[in-house]
Amino acid sequence: MLEIKNLAVSYGAINALHGISLRVDQGQIVTLIGSNGAGKSTTLRAISGLIRPKSGEIIYEAGSLVGLPPHEIVKRGLSHVPEGRMVFANLTVMENLRMGAYLQTNAAVIRQELDFVFTTFPRLKERAEQVAGTLSGGEQQMLAIGRALMSKPRFLLLDEPSLGIAPLLVKTIFEKIVEINRQQGLTILLVEQNANLALEISHYGYVLETGRIILSDESAKLRQNPQVKSAYLGG
Amino acid sequence: MHTRAKRFLILAILVAAGVSAVSAYFNRYYLGVAIDVGINIILAVSLNLINGHTGQFSLGHAGFMAVGGYTAAAITLAITPHLSGSPSVVLSGLLFAGSLLAGGLLAAIAGLAVGIPTLRLRGDYLAIVTLGFGEIIRVVLQNMECVGAASGLSGIPERTTLFWSFGLAAVTVYVIGCLVNSTYGRGFIAVHDDEVAASASGINPTRYKVTAFVIGAFFAGLAGGLFAHHKLFLSPTNFDFMKSIDIVVMVILGGMGRTGGVIVAAIILTLLPEFLRPFAEYRMIIYALLIILLMIARPQGLFSFGRTKAA
Repeated sequence: MLEIKNLAVSYGAINALHGISLRVDQGQIVTLIGSNGAGKSTTLRAISGLIRPKSGEIIYEAGSLVGLPPHEIVKRGLSHVPEGRMVFANLTVMENLRMGAYLQTNAAVIRQELDFVFTTFPRLKERAEQVAGTLSGGEQQMLAIGRALMSKPRFLLLDEPSLGIAPLLVKTIFEKIVEINRQQGLTILLVEQNANLALEISHYGYVLETGRIILSDESAKLRQNPQVKSAYLGG
Repeated sequence: MHTRAKRFLILAILVAAGVSAVSAYFNRYYLGVAIDVGINIILAVSLNLINGHTGQFSLGHAGFMAVGGYTAAAITLAITPHLSGSPSVVLSGLLFAGSLLAGGLLAAIAGLAVGIPTLRLRGDYLAIVTLGFGEIIRVVLQNMECVGAASGLSGIPERTTLFWSFGLAAVTVYVIGCLVNSTYGRGFIAVHDDEVAASASGINPTRYKVTAFVIGAFFAGLAGGLFAHHKLFLSPTNFDFMKSIDIVVMVILGGMGRTGGVIVAAIILTLLPEFLRPFAEYRMIIYALLIILLMIARPQGLFSFGRTKAA
């Protein structure tokens, strides 16, 4: 469904990605793990058009995404949940969700998506009229995911959904990610520092280190890999 | 919501027309200040769309005002000699509306020209570009012989009444209020809150930024036209950097992105220097001190009605 070939990205003179290749098949959860500064977020930002790659290809459903502006990429069914729970702090929960359906003009579809988001995250329904900036960290993350779902994507890019969130809520959020994947058949590319959790819920994993993919395998096997164990799983 | 807004608009225009009809009995000085208030409301509310709602820091609002003011005045001055006798109220009103509209449209084009650099600039850098733009407009006007160059444009007929000033202020508040509260308009606030998240939601931030500049400039141009036909004399120094700062202060003091607060701030900051007149040469010092004190006491803006902002 998504295939990246030799993707290289640089910020000025600094190379963030030195030609990585990966593929995500339809219906899968694929995770990209690695430490800080490995280039995980950069990969997602390149896919969703927020930064322009230096070279390489990003093929999504037989079309190239390289050079397209972010809103065009959203139109093709890819939705990005940016790192750090970037919600619209001055808008209410409801307004945030409606912004997520910005490109959707069919009112019935919007209502249907809204129902789906509210069933997935009942907390958001309780807080519908609250200003998003006053939500807790976990609720903001739910809202960011909910907002991304509102565009009725076929492919979800999740950037560090566990970042700075209470452990109990992290568990809920990861359960929801699995639920969305199973029930909606939504393909997900998940970037995580919490390798343990990420490998637990994903089908396939890539390990990124200073801009290069050093390992890739089925998630279950990666969890048994001694190298991964010592570097990312704490023993 | 919308019917209430519409009712407000109609009511405001009717009141403006009613009060305007008996304004001949008012003290000319108070009347003049009242018209200034209306003009400043238009300026502050339109700048609030750019600086407050969309979060782009513009320091060039006086430039847009100048474009509108000079355009409207030049059109009025060009047409007036060709009118035979004294034209009817309706005709002169229509001509005035036409010249204001032309001024607004030209200012909007200028807004488009300034909006384009916002594609790549943000924050302080954008502020400098808009500041430069305002200065360019002023210097160009200072050297344009056809509009009086440095000696100014004089002999502009008086056309701005309380009705025009407050009627258009009501229209500005209505249009920008409805815009920002519409589904489309939430995009302005989204771009302000987070550009990356806005892009990721399928919003094109560039389009919103340019739109904010074009609409804000249009209303600033209208205000310029009202200003020209109120002061009856235009000089490039009317539209210097300080004028832009005055409007920015209204927006900041009113609370960025809060229309209600910005209107109140525009009223207070227009009246304040007038009330301070008895202090003669200390006036501007006291004015500046009051602004500093207000900023210390209410950094989040004077009033917080309307949209509540996250802490």
